[in-house]
Amino acid sequence: MAEIAVHDDAHAHDAHGHGDHGHGDHGAHVTSTGLSNNKLAMWLFLGTECLLFGGLISTYMLYRGRNGDGPGPNQVFDIPLTSVSSFVLLMSSLTMVLAVNAAKAKDDRNTNLWLTATALLGSLFVGGQVYEFTVFYHEGLGFTTSLFSSSFFTLTGFHGVHVTLGVIMLMALVGIIVRSRIPGDKAEVVELVGLYWHFVDVVWVVIFTLVYLIPA
Amino acid sequence: MSSVIEPALPDAPHHEGEAHDHPTDKKFIEIAIILALITGLETWTYWWPQSWHTISLIVLIGCMVLKFVMILLYFMHLKWDSKLFSLMFYIGLVLALGVYLVALFTFQFFS
Repeated sequence: MAEIAVHDDAHAHDAHGHGDHGHGDHGAHVTSTGLSNNKLAMWLFLGTECLLFGGLISTYMLYRGRNGDGPGPNQVFDIPLTSVSSFVLLMSSLTMVLAVNAAKAKDDRNTNLWLTATALLGSLFVGGQVYEFTVFYHEGLGFTTSLFSSSFFTLTGFHGVHVTLGVIMLMALVGIIVRSRIPGDKAEVVELVGLYWHFVDVVWVVIFTLVYLIPA
Repeated sequence: MSSVIEPALPDAPHHEGEAHDHPTDKKFIEIAIILALITGLETWTYWWPQSWHTISLIVLIGCMVLKFVMILLYFMHLKWDSKLFSLMFYIGLVLALGVYLVALFTFQFFS
């Protein structure tokens, strides 16, 4: 027999004590699984993202030795710089998980603090990537220089776009929480953005090892 | 058919099947320190001698898998969350690994 959980998202009553079922953020959610459909959809989305990045990573692996007359990976990569970037992104995962914890504790002040810290660390990572791309370009590695450069810029560029979108989501979330009058109201949204952010970090863990550290 | 109706609580969203003892901030900081140390080890392999290539390859792949799993289980809460969430993700992950390993073998990447 199916068990149906009727869930009221955060609050059933508005500030005047009137019921508000079925409208906007305050509507009741009925799920046949008893789980949050939003969270389930986010996990499904992240599963499909594995296919996207899997394709980009395997394409890079196939072409990384095909640098033609242009510079190869061992000539352009700056491992100490990329290691610092990796560390920054890793620490942003820590600040994100602290934001999720604060949101669950309905501590909006600390939630915003940690979300802002995560966005700043994410921006620092993207800044490092822009700097890296600029250096590579000046060293003669353009997008169309070789199969290696095309696959490298496509892979790391796609990842950079994901981080940038994550930063935008984080800043938007801070704005939403500031405007929200009910503490902890957006805890699930914080958790969803957190899942996306950690996934971006997980993808970088794979890219850092397979692209940068394992020699061609 | 049984039905469970949760009362309208002024709480953060909570769903059946998602209940778990939430880890503390301290636990997450400990995990982050371990991840940072693993990243340090990975970076160190860059300066290992060329003759250690096989060992560094094993260490790097091992560290990558360990970091991947730790972030998934702890930071993304799969250790405590519903198995259905894990299933949604692992379907995509296994499909991606399978498809792209076949592609790499087809193009004789490993030979």
